[in-house]
Amino acid sequence: MSDDVAPDVSTTSWTRAVQQRLARGLPIERLLPDRQPVYVGSWVYVFGVITIAALVWVIASGVILAFFGPQWWHTTSTGRFFNSLHFWSVQLFFVFMVLHLWGQFFMASWRDGRAPTWMIGAIIFLVSIVAAFTGYVAQQNLDSQWIAANAKDAVNASGAGGFFNVLNFGQMYGLHVMLVPVAITFLVVAHVVQVRMRGVVAPIDTPEESR
Amino acid sequence: MTRPYDLVKELAIALVGTLALVVVLAAVLSSPDVPSVTIQSWAREQPVDLVSTATAELAGTTVSSGYGAPYNDGSDAVQSLGFFSPQSWAGARLPVDSAQDFVLKPLQASSAGNADLTAALSQYNGASDSQRAAWLDAYTKALQDAKAEDGQVTVAAGDYGPLPVMMSSLLQISRAGALDGYLLSSGGFYQTDYTRPLLFMGDGAYLSTLAGDQHLLGSQWGMMNETGSYPGQTWLWLYTLWYQVPPFNGNPNADLMVVIAMAVLSAALVLVPFIPGVRSIPRWLPVHRLIWRDYYRGGNGASATERPAGGATSPPVPTGR
Repeated sequence: MSDDVAPDVSTTSWTRAVQQRLARGLPIERLLPDRQPVYVGSWVYVFGVITIAALVWVIASGVILAFFGPQWWHTTSTGRFFNSLHFWSVQLFFVFMVLHLWGQFFMASWRDGRAPTWMIGAIIFLVSIVAAFTGYVAQQNLDSQWIAANAKDAVNASGAGGFFNVLNFGQMYGLHVMLVPVAITFLVVAHVVQVRMRGVVAPIDTPEESR
Repeated sequence: MTRPYDLVKELAIALVGTLALVVVLAAVLSSPDVPSVTIQSWAREQPVDLVSTATAELAGTTVSSGYGAPYNDGSDAVQSLGFFSPQSWAGARLPVDSAQDFVLKPLQASSAGNADLTAALSQYNGASDSQRAAWLDAYTKALQDAKAEDGQVTVAAGDYGPLPVMMSSLLQISRAGALDGYLLSSGGFYQTDYTRPLLFMGDGAYLSTLAGDQHLLGSQWGMMNETGSYPGQTWLWLYTLWYQVPPFNGNPNADLMVVIAMAVLSAALVLVPFIPGVRSIPRWLPVHRLIWRDYYRGGNGASATERPAGGATSPPVPTGR
């Protein structure tokens, strides 16, 4: 290969192209801005980040519970404590996620090209319900027995009972500790990236708003 | 106009704050864990209910015995709306024969060395359908006045064929915990599928009685409750609500109706930005004026009627979250 025919890496390398696309779509000044529009001064704006913080503790406590196995938290005080951390972080996660969702609804945050951000957020809410449900039926106590015995009728009525068997602990546990958390994490990353790329929606009926 | 902002600092504060709150809640309030029910505890606490349930399994009158898909070819629990019946279409993918799986096979497995039980099973299996039905009908009626003493269920004298011997044996292996293990077993060493023991317990009254004591029944908004006084799946309030109101409550197809309703509402939630009327609700309600009150107070707002036709006056703010 002679020097005068060396290829232009920036135009032929797909990895370089991906890097350039990411840099254009989400430059560092958008990913970690040091300034915000002046209207970003409400407590509503912190509900989202608190939801993510609670999710971090949900996953962290869940990893520890998964490491020691599904029986551990029934038989040791330490296990019970970590289950309590998991339980209450899940409760906080949902409380702040719902507050975040209502806040974004009343702010009509889907305006000005932000519909994908709203849609991913709503899907996160729905997938989180599946995550919580699989956790509740995997508790291995009276609550999980009764929830499974009852919920099977609705799942069966939908035609999904033969594929999503709520009476099968192994299936529910596997979904709860692996597949659903991975899905939620992926969706949350996509949601945050959307938020950073588009920025905060402007207040309704203001000159900044673009309808 | 902009204001200083530090996302990393905000996230760090949120992480520390939520961790502190979670640790305090966990340390002070702990978490719910009412022990699970076993067939063994059922047999010891409510032996008449267990024997009555097992007898009903043989008679084919329990919920599971005539359930339908995905367990068997029954139709009692199959739901449909007109021609729409995804439960039927999916078929019996998790085959369960309640009489065989919950009663006869466990008895057969435990009959080795037990001449009375072997003879009883032989008599039952060799009897005609009408003879079995007569025994089961008589025994079912007698069980309504049954007494439980010293781990045995006794009924008034009558022609019940081999049923008293069979049910006495089933009660004994249940009290010993053997039926828990047998119903969980599927031939291999490792087991994680509780479909059969949970279906069997669900056919009896003991599990639902305990659930009622913990306000978990459907009529008690049970799906969103938790044992004790702990918060449960409160995010299922809307799902649970439908079961309390017409036309869903008491409807034999309520589950399918609620599933469809929630599927439509879930899709609507995702598609809010595209639904005329719904997407305009935030403009009609003044909640956004509360959220951005400082900004509006500074004279930045304009009523919708004051806005120029066409709307856009400037591009969206390029930075921020």
